[in-house]
Formats: sequence, C-alpha cells, structure tokens
Amino acid sequence: MLDTLLPILIAAALALAVIGAGRRVRLWRQGRPARVPLLKGLAAMPRRYLVDLHHVVARDKVMSNTHVATAGGFVAAAALMILVHGLGLAEGVLGWLLLAASATMFVGSCFVARRRRNPPSRLSKGPWMRLPKSLMAFSLSVFAITLPAVGLLPEDFGSWSLALALSAVLVWGLGEMFFGMTWGGPMKHAFAGALHLAFHRRAERFGEGNRSTGLKALNLDDEDATLGVEKPSDFTWNQLLGFDACVQCGRCEAACPAFAAGQPLNPKKLIQDMVVGMAGGSDAHYAGSPYPGKSVGEHQGTPQGPIVAREGKALVDAETLWSCTTCRACVEECPMMIEHVDAIVDMRRFLTLEHGNTPNKGAEVLDNLIATDNPGGFAPDARMHWAADLELPLMADRGSAEVLLWLGDGAYDMRNQRTLRSLVKVLRAAGVDFAVLGNEERDSGDVARRLGDEATFQSLAKRNIATLSKYRFQRIVTCDPHSFHVLGNEYGELGGRYEVRHHSTYIAELHEAGRLHFKPWKGGGVTYHDPCYLGRYNGEYEAPRNVLKALGIEVAEMERSGFRSRCCGGGGGAPITDIPGERRIPDMRMNDVGETGAELVAVGCPQCTAMLEGVVDATAEVRDIAELVANALTEAPEASAGAARQSSDRPQAVEVV
Amino acid sequence: MRPDTHHNGSLAVTVLVSVGRHPLTGRGRRADQDARGVELARTLTDAEVELWHAGRLDEGSEAALRGYLGMGFDSLSLLEQPAGGDVLPALAEALEAAGPQLVIAGERAEQGEGSGLLPYLLAERLGWPLVSGLAAVEDVAEGVATLLQALPRGQRRRLQVRLPAIVTVDAAAPAPRQSAYGPARRGCLDVQAAAVMDDADMAQWQAQPARKRPKRLKIVKAASARDRFKAAAAKAEGGGGQVLTDVTPEEGAEAIFKLLKEEGVLR
Repeated sequence: MLDTLLPILIAAALALAVIGAGRRVRLWRQGRPARVPLLKGLAAMPRRYLVDLHHVVARDKVMSNTHVATAGGFVAAAALMILVHGLGLAEGVLGWLLLAASATMFVGSCFVARRRRNPPSRLSKGPWMRLPKSLMAFSLSVFAITLPAVGLLPEDFGSWSLALALSAVLVWGLGEMFFGMTWGGPMKHAFAGALHLAFHRRAERFGEGNRSTGLKALNLDDEDATLGVEKPSDFTWNQLLGFDACVQCGRCEAACPAFAAGQPLNPKKLIQDMVVGMAGGSDAHYAGSPYPGKSVGEHQGTPQGPIVAREGKALVDAETLWSCTTCRACVEECPMMIEHVDAIVDMRRFLTLEHGNTPNKGAEVLDNLIATDNPGGFAPDARMHWAADLELPLMADRGSAEVLLWLGDGAYDMRNQRTLRSLVKVLRAAGVDFAVLGNEERDSGDVARRLGDEATFQSLAKRNIATLSKYRFQRIVTCDPHSFHVLGNEYGELGGRYEVRHHSTYIAELHEAGRLHFKPWKGGGVTYHDPCYLGRYNGEYEAPRNVLKALGIEVAEMERSGFRSRCCGGGGGAPITDIPGERRIPDMRMNDVGETGAELVAVGCPQCTAMLEGVVDATAEVRDIAELVANALTEAPEASAGAARQSSDRPQAVEVV
Repeated sequence: MRPDTHHNGSLAVTVLVSVGRHPLTGRGRRADQDARGVELARTLTDAEVELWHAGRLDEGSEAALRGYLGMGFDSLSLLEQPAGGDVLPALAEALEAAGPQLVIAGERAEQGEGSGLLPYLLAERLGWPLVSGLAAVEDVAEGVATLLQALPRGQRRRLQVRLPAIVTVDAAAPAPRQSAYGPARRGCLDVQAAAVMDDADMAQWQAQPARKRPKRLKIVKAASARDRFKAAAAKAEGGGGQVLTDVTPEEGAEAIFKLLKEEGVLR
C-alpha cells in the first residue's frame, strides 16, 4: 500500500509547496523594484550560506551543530526521499544514504527539542514550539518507510494499521517541511532565507572581512518618488524578502540596547510586524517578547496601508522607530543577515520628510542644521573659538597638508574641546603635517541622516564635498567615529571618496612608526568601550586596544565588548528624540564598566563621552584615548635609546649550554 | 464693517507670511512669528487657511516660502511686488477682494523695514479691528472670535472681537510645527499680479547695520534661590513712573519728551 501512497503524498506535498512558493513570491513582489543580479546571486548563495551565515550562527556552537545536523540531514533526506520513494530508485546505495540522512536529522531534532524544553525569553514560542516534533515526525517516518526499501525489514512488515499510522506521521512531517515552508510555517525561513541570501540588498557585505554599513542615498531628484517608506509595499522587494527570512531567534532582541532599557522597541517584533504588514493582518499571532510597554494584538496593517498612522494606531507606533540608536547590534547578531537599521531609517525618512514629525528636539536640531550647519544652532564663525590659542593651520591658508584634521561638531562642546586639544597636542608631538578646515567645516550630516532628513544630509554632504575638493590632503583624521563613518562610507555615493582614519588608528600608526613616546601608565584599572560607529560600522577593534597597550595599560574587557559592545545610547539621534524607557542606556553601560572594576573607561567618541559622563554616581572616569595619549607623552629617550642600540650591536659573550 | 461672509460655515483665514532671516547666519527661513501664526491657523477647527506673501520670488525667498508650505499646505499665494515696493496697497486690495474673516500676521518682519506697522496700517485702511500679541484663538462663533492675548510674565487677557479682524501673534503662541521637505517641495507658489506702489519714503532712507543697544543691568541682590525666583517672577516696580490722566496732548508730549531726555535717548 505504501508503495502507491508514497509517490502520491510526495508529489502532492511538492505541488502544494510550489503553489505556496508562487504566493509567497507574489507577496514579496509588492515591494518596489530593485536591481539584483539574479543568476549571480543564486550562484553566490551556497557560499554566503555556508561561510558568511554560518560564521554568525557558529557564535553559538551547540546551536550551530544542531542546525548543521538538522538542516543538512533534512536537505539530504528530502532530495533522497524524492528519488527513493517518489521515483522508486531504492536500489543500491541511495536507500542507505537516506537512512543516514534521516537519522542525522533525527539527532539534530532531538537537540532542537532540548532547546525548546526551557527556551530563553528571546525565542518566539507559538508555532515554533511544535517544530522539533514536526522535525522528528518527518525524520522518523522517513527512516521507518525506508527500512523495507533497503531490505532491513520485509516488504510486508506490519499490518495495514501500522502503515496507516506511519503515513499519518509522514503527512504531518511533509506538511510542516514542504507545505509549511512556503505557506508561512516556521520552515518558511529556509525558503525565504535562501533567496534572501541570493538577492540580498547589500551583496557587498558578503565575503571575508567585507562590510557594508553606509546607508543608501535617497534619490531626491525624482520628484515623484516616495520619500522613504510609508507602507510595507514601499520597501524594495528584496527588503520584504529579507523580513520574511526571520527565524525569530531573538538574538537581535538580546543585543538591542533600547529593548534592554525598556524602550518600546524589539528588533525581532519590528521585523515580524513588517511581515504582518506585507501579508496583511494583525500582530495577534506573534508569539515572542512584545515591544516593552506595548501589548500584542492592538496593531494591524496591510501592504498598501500606512505603517505609522498620523493619529491612532497602525502597524507600528512612531516611538518604536525613534527608539533605535542605529548601533547595528541587531544586524551584527542576525544569523539571517537582515538589515534592521536600513528599514528603520527608511521609515524614519518618511516620518521626517513627509509627516514632519521628528519627535522632541528633532525638529529644532534639523532647523539648526539647515540654518547654521551645526545641530546646536551655534554661530558658524564661532567653530574655532576653542582653538583661539592653538594657532591651528587652516587649509584655506595652506592649500594642502598630509592630514586634514576633521573636528566635527564636538568643536562646540566644552567636553570634546578637551579631547580635541589633546589630539592637537599629540599630532604636534609626532610632527604631523596637518591642517583644519576651520569655519569652512560643517556638520557631516550624520544626525540629520539618522533622523531621516535625507535632504539636509545631502545638502550638508554636497557642500562639504565641494569644500574638501578645494584642498589636497592624503587622509582625513577625526576623533568622531560618526564623522569617520559618514565621510568614509556615505560620502562616496555622493561623489566624495576619501581615506579616513579614526584618531585611535592614526595614533597607533604614529606609535608604530616610532613618532610617539609614552611614559609608563601609573593609573588604576582601565576598560575600553567600543563605539558602535568605530567597531561594528567600521571594524576597528584593534587599534584603540593597541594604543592602550602601548600606553602600558592592560585593558580589563567588559563582558560585552568588541563586536558585541553595548551602545552608549548616543547614536542615531536617540538623545534628541529621547523616547522614554524604564532605564537609561548609558546607565546600563556604566554598570558594565563597573563590573570590570575599572576606575577609568577609555572611549573614542564624543557621543560616548557625553553619554557616559552623564551617568550619575558613576564608578569610573571617562577619558578619550587622545587625552590618555596626550597625558602620557614624553620626549623620545634619545640618548638611552642610542646607548641601548650600541650595546645590542656590540658583540657579547654568550653562555654555552 | 463688512457683513459676515461665512463660506459654508467654515472660517476663512488668511495668514500673512514673510521671508525670515536667521539671526546668526542671515539665511532665509520661515519667519518665526509668522510660522507661529500659521500654526495658530492650523489649530483652528473648520478653518480654510490661505497663505499670502507679498514680495518677490527668487532663490533666496523660495526656500523660505516653501518652509511654510512644508507645514501642510498645497499652495501659497504670492502677490508679486518689486524690491522696495510698498506692500500695503497690494495686500489691502487683495484682502478686500477675498474677504477673509480672520487675518493673522506676525508682530514684525525679521528683515527689511521690520517696523511692525503693517498690520496696523492694514487695519486702519480696511477699517477692521486689530488685536496684537495673541497667544491663542479660543473660539469663533457667530462672527465673534474669543482671543487670548499674551501679556508680560505669562499673564493672559481674554478678548472678544467681531470679525473680520486682523490679529498679530506673540512669541508666546504655540511653537510652529516642523516643516516637512516633501510637502514643501510639492507645494505650489501661486504668483499673482498685484497693485504696485513704490515706497517713496523708504527710498530716501539710509540703512545701516544696527548697533547693539546698551542694556540696563538688572542687579539682583538675592541671597537665596527663593529670592532669585521672586525677583525673576516679580512685576516690574514702577518706581520712577508717573500716570498722567486727563491731560492735553501737548502736556502728554511734553512729559514723554522730558522722559526721553532724562533717559538719554534724546540729547
């Protein structure tokens, strides 16, 4: 009986899966067009999956092995099952391979089941709780029906009732694995995820050491184009596809500083809301952690309906979007390579450019940027007041220099002025040929862009690019990672390509070249806070640590450091939009610092300095790396260095062992 | 006074807007008080709001005028005026023809003459009442508006005025909403020909940058925070002042002249 039933079942499951796939593709194609190399993407997909995606998954070894066994077993078992049972090619080695594959998958699914016994809060429940059982049903039933095929059991083994029961289990397994894959079950992630990897919006992020973190420019010349994303169908089709790939593992949720602070944002829920909007419906079926302070089931959307309502509720509340600090912790953690920050900024663009609804101080800051080219609304000709006694060389006088020192808007901030003065001292000590733009410098446009005001960003960027094009320099050095990121990664699309260095990188280079000499460190314990825009955005984790090491400081690392560093709360205009939560993000970060027992936290970003120094009753002092370096500067120990060299050059007696 | 000209029960409101100037950079922008006027009009229920500007359309003014459109308007009527023209006749004629119920303006322009006299001259010419320094329009019913006028130190005075009327907006009025780029770019600047009259007086004036005026130092001899707060919140003590009642204009002028000499304003 099974001989006739199996091909029919398998064919039916495949047919339903194909129909479901067609429906799913139609949902994605509601999005805006985007040009992606289709064949090249498909060809690159296996490598992106096996190398880039696995690299992220492998941060959790147990889950990574579990997934290899389960997914690998499933793919092999599914293919072999079609050959063996669907087409009746049971002879020879195929049946035995199928047994091995389904057994592997079963072992994997046991680990999945163990994971689901006491799942951490970040995992979604709901349909995901039945997944291990479905995986077992599929693997066990395939294993069982294959036993007679390879001759381990007689063909007529068992009664017809046993065969019927086995078929029922198989139908469940097939239903979850094939039907569910394209009709919206948990296995959807395999289908959507594979295509998402193939047609990713940032193909350039794949490959060893590659990263792609700059926001994509909005075309402002096309007057008919929607500014930003108003409704789910305003995303590009491959963005929608990316949302659909989410496995709801909640790694983003665990990494999100806004979620931890009790602000109404959960990156996982946001992506699921986009899926709800794409398919149409309410978020009532969502089975993970909600946005803090917002209950599930009150929001709904349609592909053509607004994501954020001007009044009342739609798919997402505006404050959810404005809670994000754009720290990219979610993107860094996402095993499905979903780009949360792009989506959030896309939706913010619409709120700012079309609704004119940037919350709290947002409107004021944007008005200041338009009128005075700096977010504080200070006089542009007061930009260099902090350096009145330093006689900094101006590019306007010099025309060219080896290094263009980009000051950033920290030039107006009394705290950051101390950092800038230290940096100038360090550059002078190393004899660097540098110059500043002075009053010709404008805000880089970072805040405007993260607040969604692409028009002001592009206006500032274009004028800065025009200014920079007047002068000749080899590289730009800045102590502001936000300027660093924008100048280095985002001006390129608008025609300004520069070699940009963060000051920690540049100081490390100067030290390595022997141009800086330090006194030994005499202070207490030190930890280092990685700025998001230096670390995750630009991959610079080593240089600041090398500088600290050169200073003789042994860094006591925080639990969350490097690519897992927790945001200070100062990025993405978050201090400006200031969405209330239960805790403050900088307080949490200062607690991280306190746990290391460090008396001092070294930072490399004006925002981080401001946020961390704003913490009341902090246990550690906050110092920029430039300040630490400037304090440790000493003359080159020339005489002794020369003597040392002499002594090492002179032939010496060597003990013979 | 004109008879009530209610359009289908909705209130016809015209906001006069000018091209502002940022105090630090001198860049064109929507003028702060005018933008507050627009915001005030936006908060009126059941109002049909029109924006009018008398002036020239050029590169400098366009961005500023579009700033008003970005507050959620499809169009702005621009009564074309040459540089140095007197906008009074153009505005008066246009207002007379359009017949709005309520005209809202800022207290004074941020550049140019900036005398703050335009609303008064318009009111005089049209024969309409004028209320200055508004903080809010509370209610409009049966051709009568209930207004809240801002007085110093946060005090408010409730006034009723029969429409049509001209009102000017104080800095105490609600802050203007954000100007959004999309509507600002899409909105239409509807250029209309209008009466032109040269401002003969202004042509003879010499303009020069204003000097900073000396400010009387406010000496607070407060020992505690409470005293400082009281000093900040207290009404100005009318120490040397003098109230003149039932005097002839000549006597009044004489008294003012004397005070100005004492204060060193006139020498």
